[in-house]
Amino acid sequence: MAEREKEYLFDDPRNVRRVIYGLYAACAVALGAELIVARHAEHPWEGLFGFYAVYGFIACLLLVLAAREMRKLLMRGEDYYDD
Amino acid sequence: MTSLPPFVVFFAGALLAVLTRGRARAAVLLAVPIVGAVNLAALAEGSGFEVQLLDYTLVLLRVDRLSFLFGLLFHLAAFLGIVFSLHVRDRVQEVATLLYAGAALGAVFAGDLITLFLFWEVLAVASAFLILARRTDRAYWAAMRYLVIQITAGVLLLAGVLMIANHSGSIAFGFIGLDGLASWLILLAFGTKAAFPLLHNWLTDAYPESTPTGTVFLSAFTTKVAVYALARGFPGAEPLIYIGAAMTMFPIFFAVIENDLRRVLAYSMINQLGFMVCGIGLGTALAINGAISHAFNDVIFKSLLFMSMGAVLYRTGKINGSELGGLYKSMPLTAGLCIVGAASISAFPLFSGFVSKSMVLAAAIEEGHPVVWLALMFASAGVFHHAGIKIPFFAFFARDSGIRTEEAPFNMLLAMGFAAVICVFNGVYPWLLYSLLPFPVEYHPYTIEHVLTQTQLLLFAALAFCWLKLFGLYPPELRGVNIDAEWVYRKALPAAGGGAVAALAAARRAAVDQTRRAATPLIAAVYRHHGPAGILARPWPTGSMAFWATLLLAAYLVLYYL
Repeated sequence: MAEREKEYLFDDPRNVRRVIYGLYAACAVALGAELIVARHAEHPWEGLFGFYAVYGFIACLLLVLAAREMRKLLMRGEDYYDD
Repeated sequence: MTSLPPFVVFFAGALLAVLTRGRARAAVLLAVPIVGAVNLAALAEGSGFEVQLLDYTLVLLRVDRLSFLFGLLFHLAAFLGIVFSLHVRDRVQEVATLLYAGAALGAVFAGDLITLFLFWEVLAVASAFLILARRTDRAYWAAMRYLVIQITAGVLLLAGVLMIANHSGSIAFGFIGLDGLASWLILLAFGTKAAFPLLHNWLTDAYPESTPTGTVFLSAFTTKVAVYALARGFPGAEPLIYIGAAMTMFPIFFAVIENDLRRVLAYSMINQLGFMVCGIGLGTALAINGAISHAFNDVIFKSLLFMSMGAVLYRTGKINGSELGGLYKSMPLTAGLCIVGAASISAFPLFSGFVSKSMVLAAAIEEGHPVVWLALMFASAGVFHHAGIKIPFFAFFARDSGIRTEEAPFNMLLAMGFAAVICVFNGVYPWLLYSLLPFPVEYHPYTIEHVLTQTQLLLFAALAFCWLKLFGLYPPELRGVNIDAEWVYRKALPAAGGGAVAALAAARRAAVDQTRRAATPLIAAVYRHHGPAGILARPWPTGSMAFWATLLLAAYLVLYYL
């Protein structure tokens, strides 16, 4: 690219790190808030401490890891349907 | 009633669009949804515009809370899409757009099943032109497959309608319920358009092949007409709960590994439709309100997402995650607006998805479906993953693809800006939307618990993405095709058909060979006797002929005297 191109926000790895640390902080705050907020649960599982946090994390992990395996089974070349 | 049926405004606009050109046509396009909205505002509840067809009375306009909400939504969606595509000068697309939106309005205001069927078919044909308008070979074939499936769904609908008409004598479009073959045929027709599992591939096949602007319209109308029809005909039909839950689940896996970002959004659309179908199946006031309000919000945020990807495709000519990245540098506004759409579909507090999707989840747990509820939660985390993070991340951030382009044109930014405002407005102040829903709303989205739990779910889902990415476990964006149910009709059936043709050809060849082999000695014998050197083909001297004739006569004479 052009030699004197402007430096953009995420060209600096420090800014990327800041975003990641921001996310960690937000996760910690959200989880910690559960100690203060009294939740009432419609369903027994829902009442467990950190249920939503753990479920969200595990769901995404499972989703991506399963999709990776799925790719091995289902992925074909781009012109698979064309010939 | 002093107003016209809303489709009339759009069809008249389509006629005007045929006759005008350039800026005049653009003005016609812009005016149509505005005039339509004025007309819509004057609609009073009730039925009208009855037309006699043979023995049946067609009701072209039936206004109640449900049809009015969808009518309003379709006007809004048409307006956003038209602003987004104002720079397009293509008569095919412009006319098809108005016919398509008009047909969708005709279908939701239809008071009887035959009128519904007629608009259903116009919907299919008009929308196909938005795919054809891409004018590529791939788009052509995708449009053909799309048409075959849509028209088949129409035939199923007609068959079901005729059976009902024959049986009950009434063609009124009200509650149908699952009772008998006719109702199942109609459910199958609605289900095809709503992209039920295994019937869903027309959507992921055709939508990403349309033009940058065409997909925005496509995403708004067809499937939402189906949601409307399901809500009208099959509320509380139990199979829909499980069909809906399945729809929320399976597409997210495909979305994670799909490279074409508009196809990712197409899969994500099926996932969102799943929440609506599930809500309709649950059938309580809360669930139906959830399904309908989510349909409303989905049209807007899905339009916004398709618009942002349309803008990327328009500016860069590329749409694969593997070729994009770093576009926030050249298209910062588009990136920001895309993130608003992503936050809305992910149901972040203060964005529109938050106030509607949660109603369906609440209804699932209230009605005693904890497994369905867990599935919907899984899908909620999943949608954040593939639509909320993946779409903006791989298009605008991820890595620097080296692409430097311009910000999206002003009209595109304007349309995306409108859509983003609606997303945030409905998220912050849901009461206006709630007041339009079919049932009175007692639901309060902004309890501290709901905000907290949803925020936890999403933040930790983001954390999972972040770590998967940092540890290199996240599947990279790769060029390729992922096999889905369409494999049956795009590969297996053609292969089987091709196989059958090949088998027949081989059989014919074998039969010919066999006959030829069997005939070879015969041919050789004939050749031996009749060929150039054959005894029977030899020139005989006249003398020998006379000799043989004399001999025969002599033999005869001898025999006579004996």
